Amino acid sequence: MADTVEIRWHGRGGQGTVTAAKVLADACLSGGRYVQAFPEYGPERAGAPLRAYNRVSSKELRMHCPVLRPQVVSVVDATLIDSINVTEGATKDAIFVVNTSKGPKEIRARLNIEPGQKIFTIDATKIAMECIGRALPNASMLGAVCKVAGLVTLEHLLEDVRKSFGKKFSQKIIDGNIEATRRGYEEVREG
Amino acid sequence: MAKTVAATGNEAVANALRQVNPDVSAAYPITPATDIMQRFTSFVSNGKVKTEMILVESEHSAMSACIGASAAGGRVMTVTSSQGLALMWEMLFIASGLRLPIVMPVVNRALSAPLNIHCDHSDAMGARDSGWIQLWSENGQEAYDNTIQAFLIGEHMDIRLPVMVCMDGFIISHSIERIEYLEDNEVKNFIGEFRQLNPLLDIEHPVSYGPLILPDYYMEFRKAQDEVESKVFRVVLDAAKDFEKISGRKYGLFETYRLDDAEIGLVILNSAAGTSKDVIDEFRNRGIKAGLLKPRLYRPFPYKETGEALKHLKAVCVLDRADAFGGSYGPLFIDISTSLYTYSKKPILINKIYGLGGRDYLPEHAELVLNELTEIAKTEKVKTIKEYIGVRG
Repeated sequence: MADTVEIRWHGRGGQGTVTAAKVLADACLSGGRYVQAFPEYGPERAGAPLRAYNRVSSKELRMHCPVLRPQVVSVVDATLIDSINVTEGATKDAIFVVNTSKGPKEIRARLNIEPGQKIFTIDATKIAMECIGRALPNASMLGAVCKVAGLVTLEHLLEDVRKSFGKKFSQKIIDGNIEATRRGYEEVREG
Repeated sequence: MAKTVAATGNEAVANALRQVNPDVSAAYPITPATDIMQRFTSFVSNGKVKTEMILVESEHSAMSACIGASAAGGRVMTVTSSQGLALMWEMLFIASGLRLPIVMPVVNRALSAPLNIHCDHSDAMGARDSGWIQLWSENGQEAYDNTIQAFLIGEHMDIRLPVMVCMDGFIISHSIERIEYLEDNEVKNFIGEFRQLNPLLDIEHPVSYGPLILPDYYMEFRKAQDEVESKVFRVVLDAAKDFEKISGRKYGLFETYRLDDAEIGLVILNSAAGTSKDVIDEFRNRGIKAGLLKPRLYRPFPYKETGEALKHLKAVCVLDRADAFGGSYGPLFIDISTSLYTYSKKPILINKIYGLGGRDYLPEHAELVLNELTEIAKTEKVKTIKEYIGVRG
């Protein structure tokens, strides 16, 4: 990918989207890279649509504004596709990662994306239910995004998830999130 | 050995304050600076610092308690933002008038009404003439570095003045970026032991703080306060030189970016300077000689050095993230104009007000302004001196 990778996350309050962006930034620090992770601050309510952003670069990141031309768009909640244009501003070769039980072909048609743009799907909510017992799709989405963007190795990512979640949660929750991240990384499908 | 982390601006400043390990802190929480104090108070609770933490009922009381603790002879800090800083206003002048080297990170955001929690420079601009030193920071790294340097600067025996460290609310305070931390002992050695000056608790040498001074002496007192400001520049530069030795990072009174041979330029504070630098690179790639000046030491303002750095340009836009109401221009514009007024040959100046109440400052805004400057440099004609940008209607 290019020197600088810009990522836009679409989620709803309470799904852990901001946490996913934060863990991604932390995991991408390796190799002397520069990172940014920041959410858009609006009314912080569970269920309200929100955006979060990442920039990862080998050069110093000086831009301090929302990502307007994302190369990667991560849709943590597919119901958002009906209410907002998640393709807005995406680059011609952008990668979309969508949390859905539907196949990539169906989503490609639904989003009406350009030929040069790629689409990946992952049933992150189902994985979350199986691994954590709650509909928190962030860990599997993080795994999926890392896989398709090629930003960090799976081992490195899992180590970082362990570190980030380890501060706050019990071993059971940590293990569940690690498993969800691994499955997100491995089960994401291109369409 | 420095440690590289991904941290928010608030996290970085809280870590700097932990490393400084002040004697006393008094605080009242206010968004978006709350996170700094939340982290710092947990350092206190977990025994990571030996700070006496005083939780008070208002920002006015927070500054009052800091003044008392500082006059008593302690190394003191607090953190605030927006309305909190506004409520402290009365006490700010007492801290500087008593020459108490209190350090206070300020997470810049808008003032009410209307209520708004987002980034804006109105809070710190409202306190710019309160006798506090002000250091402004582009990103989390600079906020961390400035916080550490603020103790060395304010506590210098030649000046003994309080210092504010400004950084952008949310844009920096809540954004995660790569930050390099110094080792705890490097910070400790850099700031050194706190040196008391006329402490109240030295009962062998009793002193009075804040006595009544009538017309026979008040003006001499104020003149002395004005004169000490002229010593601040050297102290800030010396601190920067020492800091570079331990960090490798350079600081000055201001930062210039591609300014030496520039014909047009932007003057802009804090995080928006970073966004502007990327746009300046694009203009340079197109052969347009654009540059930028980002003030760091905003109070006292280095008028002479700033004027020298800008005088050769053809056209300059000063961008303000605050307005100075009263039919006036933005506060930074007023200072930049002042820095250039003695020169007979100087750039044409315009003023844009941007980003109030957290409105995004986007690359397209910098492009718009640089295009206008290119036109002004060519035609020497100005349509409007002051204008709001990124705004409806």
